[in-house]
Amino acid sequence: MPAPAGADVAETAAARVPRHQVQAFAAMVGVLVAAPFFVYPVFLMKALCFALFACAFNLLIGYVGLLSFGHAAFLGSAGYASAHAAKVWGFPPEAAIVFGTLVAALLGGAIGALTIRSRGIYFANITLAFAQMIFFFAVQASFTGGEDGIQAVPRGTLLGVLDLRQTHTMYFTVLGIFLLGFLIVYRAIHSPFGQVLKAIRENEPRAVSLGYRAEHYKLIAFALSATLAGLAGATKAIVFQLASLTDVHWTMSGEVVLMTLLGGLGTIFGPVVGAFIVIGLENYLAQLGAWVTIVQGAIFVVCVLTFRRGVVGELGRIIRKPL
Amino acid sequence: MPAGEEITLFGVPTQALFGQLLIGLINGAFYALLSLGLSVIFGLLNIINFAHGAQYMMGAFAAYFLLQWAGLGYWASLLVAPIAIGVVGIVIERTMLKRLYHLDHLYGLLLTFGVALVIEGVFRNEFGSSGLPYGIPSQLTGSYNLGFMFLPKYRAWVVLFSLAVCVATWYVIERTKLGAYLRAATENPTLVQAFGINVPRMITLTYGFGVALAALAGVLAAPIYQVNPLMGANMIIVVFAVVVIGGMGSIVGSIVTGFGLGVVEGFTKVFYPEASSTVIFVIMALVLLVRPAGLFGRTA
Repeated sequence: MPAPAGADVAETAAARVPRHQVQAFAAMVGVLVAAPFFVYPVFLMKALCFALFACAFNLLIGYVGLLSFGHAAFLGSAGYASAHAAKVWGFPPEAAIVFGTLVAALLGGAIGALTIRSRGIYFANITLAFAQMIFFFAVQASFTGGEDGIQAVPRGTLLGVLDLRQTHTMYFTVLGIFLLGFLIVYRAIHSPFGQVLKAIRENEPRAVSLGYRAEHYKLIAFALSATLAGLAGATKAIVFQLASLTDVHWTMSGEVVLMTLLGGLGTIFGPVVGAFIVIGLENYLAQLGAWVTIVQGAIFVVCVLTFRRGVVGELGRIIRKPL
Repeated sequence: MPAGEEITLFGVPTQALFGQLLIGLINGAFYALLSLGLSVIFGLLNIINFAHGAQYMMGAFAAYFLLQWAGLGYWASLLVAPIAIGVVGIVIERTMLKRLYHLDHLYGLLLTFGVALVIEGVFRNEFGSSGLPYGIPSQLTGSYNLGFMFLPKYRAWVVLFSLAVCVATWYVIERTKLGAYLRAATENPTLVQAFGINVPRMITLTYGFGVALAALAGVLAAPIYQVNPLMGANMIIVVFAVVVIGGMGSIVGSIVTGFGLGVVEGFTKVFYPEASSTVIFVIMALVLLVRPAGLFGRTA
């Protein structure tokens, strides 16, 4: 796609959602609504949080072409913020999640403003270093609890009505948050804004010459991606009643790359599929210790060498429609 | 320097100050060697070698195995281990990296990241997370009494030797004919190939050399830190920041900023210990604001 799409073209394209994507979305919602009655809901909630995280990450790599190797910073700091708000300040869960998400948004804006001018490998390297700065901050700051993290975060009652200690109530809350995030990403990608992003990805100088302020668009996309990653992290902290160093560590940034790559970079459903596969694999291999890392590394190598479209990308190629 | 144990500088005992300065120089020596290897690889291959930390760790383990299994001591390891791990690097380049050159360079980063995960996972599976001891060679045990502090001989050796390796590498790349080919291939590989230089082989050897530098750092590190499967993972992220500050692909930049940041980190431990693990990242943020291409980098 060498030519950047004009805004009016995008408007009409966005107006009608392809039928196969609607069907796929309906199938996904159906499966996710039925799933907790067959599969361990805590596993599903974990996978859903990571699926949202991966969707947020995919917004950046798939549609702006920027590989952030520091997205754990947003997941983790939002987790700490929402856990702190819920536990120490006694916020209700919805306010704690909103607060955590806002923290990630601010952090995303700040880090984005510093990094967005770089691209490619430079961008990956710099975001990684910033995330590591956040990690060391989390190790040392007193409110994060260091190695212990923030434990026993109360789940509370949602909007004062729904008791989130009930597993199924919690599950459907998480599902709602996930679907909200998923649709925000979908809408962003298919809006005129998303078309401009794709134009910048394909040919930045040309997009600039057409009058688009590429850096502004990229910064907004970065901040949106960070915000949604934060939403995932804040929700995860409430679900698992825990915010810990694992979520800010750089291996987490690597994991979300793996999920998105395995599912399919730049596909709509890929990150969700990738997250479920990776989390499922981790669950399955958990008792084997370091084997989790080895298997993840091997999947990385295989994906990069021979399977660059990912699961959903390959599926989309088979049915010849973008999924 | 006329100083005694009771003398203080900026309210800090000189002993502590020079002790931290030395630790800073040691860390700086490793930062410099590792970022130099990363820069050499990045210059020609345009990939960030995420497996660099794992290869550094493999260097230390190679020294350990050579001693345990082959009875080869430290001095032999200093030569054999980098060559052996360099060959491993060459195999990685020939079998995997080579296939990715026509793609976005980010795939090289992702591939080496996967390779690092596999290597570190395998070593962690075999040896756990606790360190294995590796002795200081007998010629370098003990320390010099400098009057104001004791300088362990081995640490002095590490600083001087890595400085020598860095300078030698700089000389080869910037002042010899081989280096001229290398720099030319960095600028325009197609043209250099048209002149009859075997660029693919040069790329392979460059990768092997960069990996060998990492392994050499690993051997040097083995007697100071223990031989540990996670030693590289902890180091590499800091080194990435060092590379960004120095300017990616800049040889001089990685040497100067490597040593310099080690010292800065050491002083931070004296004056404001809470910031010692973040100071490099803070400097990175400041440098990026002023000079996005790094201190010594050409604008990308």
